[in-house]
Amino acid sequence: MTGDPALIGLSLHELVWQGCQMLLMLVIAPALVGLIRKVKARLLSRRGPPVFQPYRELWRLMHKEAVVAETASPLFRMAPYGQFAATWVAAALVPSFATGLMFSWSADLIAIVALLGTARFILALAGMDVGTAFGGIGTSREILFASLAEPALLMITFTVALLAGTTLLSAIADHLLLQPVGLRISLALCLVALMVVALTETGRVPVDNPATHLELTMVHEAMVLEYSGRHLAMIEWAAALKLTAYLSLIACLFVPFGMATSTEDPVAMAIGLVTYFAKLVGLGVAVAVIEVSVAKMRVFRVTDFVGGAFALASMAALLLFVSRGF
Amino acid sequence: MGDFAFDLAHLLSGLMVVVSMVLLYQDRLTAMLNVFAAHAMLLGAAVGWQAEVQGAGHLWITAGIAFVFKGIVIPAALHAMVRRLGIHREIETVVGVGPTLIAALALTALAVLVVMPATEYANPLAREDLAFALAVVLLGLLMMITRRNAVSQIVGFMSLENGLILAAAGAKGMPLVVEVSVAFSVLIAFIVFGVFVFRIRERFDTVDIGTLERYRGEQQDGA
Amino acid sequence: MSLFVLHVSLTFGLLLAAAAAGVVGLRRQGASDVVYGLSALAAAGGAGFAVVHGFLGESPAALALPGGLPGVGIRLRIDSLSLVFLVVVNAVAALVSLYAVGYGRHEHPGRVLALYPLFLIGMNVVLIADDAFTFLIGWEFMSLASWGMVAARHEDPEARRAAHLYLLMACGGAFALLFAFGVLAGHAGDYAFAAIRARTLTGWMPELALVLILIGTGSKAGLVPLHVWLPLAHPAAPSHVSALMSGVMTKVAIYGTIRLVFDLMPTPQWYWALPFLFAGISTALIGLLQALVERDLKRLLAFSTIENIGIIYVALGLAVAFTATHLAAPAAVALTAALFHVANHAVMKSLMFCGAGAVLHAAHSKDLEKLGGLFNRMPATGALMLIGAAAISALPPLNGFASEWMVFQAILASPALPVEGLRFLVPAVGAVLALVAALAAACFVRAYGIAFLGRPRSPEAAAAHEVDRVSLAAMALMAGLCIAGGVLAPLVVEALRPATLQLVNAGLPAQAGPVPLTLTPFDGTRSTYNGFMIAVFLLVSSFLASWGVHRIATRATRRAPAWDCGFPDASPATQYTASSLGQPIRRVFGPIALRVRQQIAMPPPGSTAPAEFRLSMTDPVWSLFYVPLARLVELLSWQFNILQFLTIRRYLTLMFAALVLLLVVVVLWR
Repeated sequence: MTGDPALIGLSLHELVWQGCQMLLMLVIAPALVGLIRKVKARLLSRRGPPVFQPYRELWRLMHKEAVVAETASPLFRMAPYGQFAATWVAAALVPSFATGLMFSWSADLIAIVALLGTARFILALAGMDVGTAFGGIGTSREILFASLAEPALLMITFTVALLAGTTLLSAIADHLLLQPVGLRISLALCLVALMVVALTETGRVPVDNPATHLELTMVHEAMVLEYSGRHLAMIEWAAALKLTAYLSLIACLFVPFGMATSTEDPVAMAIGLVTYFAKLVGLGVAVAVIEVSVAKMRVFRVTDFVGGAFALASMAALLLFVSRGF
Repeated sequence: MGDFAFDLAHLLSGLMVVVSMVLLYQDRLTAMLNVFAAHAMLLGAAVGWQAEVQGAGHLWITAGIAFVFKGIVIPAALHAMVRRLGIHREIETVVGVGPTLIAALALTALAVLVVMPATEYANPLAREDLAFALAVVLLGLLMMITRRNAVSQIVGFMSLENGLILAAAGAKGMPLVVEVSVAFSVLIAFIVFGVFVFRIRERFDTVDIGTLERYRGEQQDGA
Repeated sequence: MSLFVLHVSLTFGLLLAAAAAGVVGLRRQGASDVVYGLSALAAAGGAGFAVVHGFLGESPAALALPGGLPGVGIRLRIDSLSLVFLVVVNAVAALVSLYAVGYGRHEHPGRVLALYPLFLIGMNVVLIADDAFTFLIGWEFMSLASWGMVAARHEDPEARRAAHLYLLMACGGAFALLFAFGVLAGHAGDYAFAAIRARTLTGWMPELALVLILIGTGSKAGLVPLHVWLPLAHPAAPSHVSALMSGVMTKVAIYGTIRLVFDLMPTPQWYWALPFLFAGISTALIGLLQALVERDLKRLLAFSTIENIGIIYVALGLAVAFTATHLAAPAAVALTAALFHVANHAVMKSLMFCGAGAVLHAAHSKDLEKLGGLFNRMPATGALMLIGAAAISALPPLNGFASEWMVFQAILASPALPVEGLRFLVPAVGAVLALVAALAAACFVRAYGIAFLGRPRSPEAAAAHEVDRVSLAAMALMAGLCIAGGVLAPLVVEALRPATLQLVNAGLPAQAGPVPLTLTPFDGTRSTYNGFMIAVFLLVSSFLASWGVHRIATRATRRAPAWDCGFPDASPATQYTASSLGQPIRRVFGPIALRVRQQIAMPPPGSTAPAEFRLSMTDPVWSLFYVPLARLVELLSWQFNILQFLTIRRYLTLMFAALVLLLVVVVLWR
């Protein structure tokens, strides 16, 4: 994209692989949402919409006329694309089927967390833009949850970085792949904490209900209430991308097995791709199971829930000092 | 000792600390009792693993006691008690969950900070066990002072006692007598607590120990 | 050498001319243009000279002027550390002065005009002073000039109170600094920095000096618990002065800390890091939590300044810890992070205050509950403030994130510390810092969203208009610096290397990662961040997304009334307000950190009395530290009151006793 190729030392096929990763994330994200909906419906003994329904929804929304409130500022119309771009870039920088992709060095885990923060910042502002009570309530809750979930995520980052000696996701995955770290209580705690953070940040059931509308308990949906048409499509797509990014992050940190460590070997790449899909399906099913088995929490109970994740992640960092090697 | 043995011991005792924290997070009695059962079973597993690693047969007995009595019998009895007495299912807290968890983190850090330098030349396994055990004991105490419900106080006390057994199991050459006596003391304590709870319930129709305070001699004139 | 003479004479000459113009033109039209124009020129010159010094490698350059203390004279010197701060302070001051050229026309000038250049002189003197006397003179100049500008609107009782408190704290701080220099210079009484550097302190003298330094410089920077004056004084001044005080003067205070602790004091001990870390992290948290519930836009920004000062002190504390334990590379990372954040915060906070000034001018209010919808009315200011808000919320790819990222990298290096306690403490500090970083974003979503988005909450806000072009140009330049600082971060870090080499004998590795412009604090395999690539990615992908959607799908758009679930309400009062938006956060963090007390009084059924909701919040530091202190002082003054009514003989006895006591002390001390 920039610079002299010779200087960067990139070869064309590395660029292609990185492009594949970006497109892959974009393409599979709605399917993941569809899968979770399907599994959830089956678990509740409903038939459920087909897995590929979200694509049709996106297509339909994109072709609808966008209605913009009269009081909206220009920010309202730019925000969907801005938050989509930030989410997409963050998702594309999480290693999925292979480590050491071309641009993996351009953002470490802290930066990826912050990029998702950028997306949230833009969307939270957009929620306040029209000047309605619903937008305000959504923004108010979103920033509360996020301000607890983000430090939890950063503590998880700390723990993993202390373990692997790097904050670069690709290098962490390599480290975990090549040097088995054994049974680590810290990693187990991180997994639980990351799961909680993922459920919070992507607005899944114990925290928020992606299927609800017109309830005072909603968070994300309240924030984007004024959006319609293509703008809403971008927001929905970005939400799906965010979910994919979080599940990929879990897969990359805790089940890195099968990821290709070199872009040279097509067989390894194929294996990586297949295992990645398997992991995503597994995690998606897990999310669906969690969603049907727990009840949505009261808003101020969520702070305990996310705070618990923060405590677990801090605990994980603490216990690292007790264990071998530190 | 192999890496795996070490890792597993570490995992089990570390999980005990975590479950102690989870105990502090609970706000429902039944859930708390279930978590306590998990705590005791983890203790059983941890002690059992120590028995395997150290080749100490008598530790198996301790593990068995922990697993069967504290993991199954006592929680079941407490469940029955809660049901029979119709105790409120919610736990009244003196300090909120958030500050309690932060205090718990600080206490764990303190435990590690105290034990690690003091036992620098000891066997690493015993060291870690000791650090975790101290943390479990401190968290048990924290639970006892931040929860008002008598049942949660019993649970706090017994989780504290689990920590003591964890410490004992880590130290090599701890004679069986000590453990049996510790286990026995718990049984006694359990009975005493049980009677205590029944009595409170009979007298005051609640097990919130806050109501007891009014009946202490020195405050009678104020009440 | 001659370059330095030219630098000093030109900068100070221009500033003195500006001050003279301010005095002469006190009541004349157009005087503000001259004063601020000359100031901008002088500050730009100061920054330019500093850059030239850096490029020519002509530092350190020294100069001794006659005057000052006997035997010491006025010594001026520029080294790598001074250069960094000279560039930051003067560049930002130049931009703020440029803003003031436009802004000062409608902000009633009066007394501010003459003091403004003197304020700049004071800060510049501090930065190039090479002896304690000159340093303190500059320091006091800076304090007094800024005090005068805080007190400029003395008809407002709030401003009077702020100025009074500020004066008290400034006096106390200067007093502590005076003592600190006394301790550092010792019996010999040679107050030249070179002589102080050469001395070795024994016993508990270094610790005493450290505490005094932290009190002296921390009180100016706004370190908890010495921060209480800052949220009152900074907003009380006219907005461009607030920008300078918050953005620049606090940085001069940090310069004082760095100069004294890292340069003049002997090699640190590891436990010196503790006051830095504890004070820093509590400063960051307390400042931010108060910003989160504040209604006044300018005061909110002042609280956010306190937060950032806290972050900088945490980074400095890490640098102290790593230096004391001879870990040169992490020390360099921590110090670089601190200096980088100093530069970033100077730019973004000045931008925010200038924007707040524009809002105040346009909508006649800085109360968030009276603003709203300003983005539609003043789009240019709105867009520039958005960049500033995003930068200060530490969002990539802007500059605030780059420096906070460096701080986190320094924290991640903590397992290498050989001290058990610090190894535990630093990650805990990191956890709180992460919380602060996340809350900062929440804080600025609230501040920006309430002020610029939504519907206007008052007729003044509805009738707001864009500010003049000069102000906008200055703000645009600052916003540009915010972007450049994030995208070209490695260049800034490279420029900071001489300073870290001077102070901790180490610098970051060459910033040449896999591609240019990659920030690499340790080495390429450990942690890297490339703001430039992220910016390019963001631009390309948002362009692709919007182009793609408009291309393949429809671009039809319709304007309609807000939907609001089918019940749109005409009144802007139904919007979320600043208080309600912060309510969840207030509820979660408030009871402990802010001593929030809520009272709801519901009238009985049938009564026509209004229901009442009262909310009170106090800074816990105020009630836990200052109120008891004030009581103590009051008590003591009552006790000493009898001294006013003694006979002459008794007074003489007292004086005699004091003399004898001092003589005894002298005998014992030897």
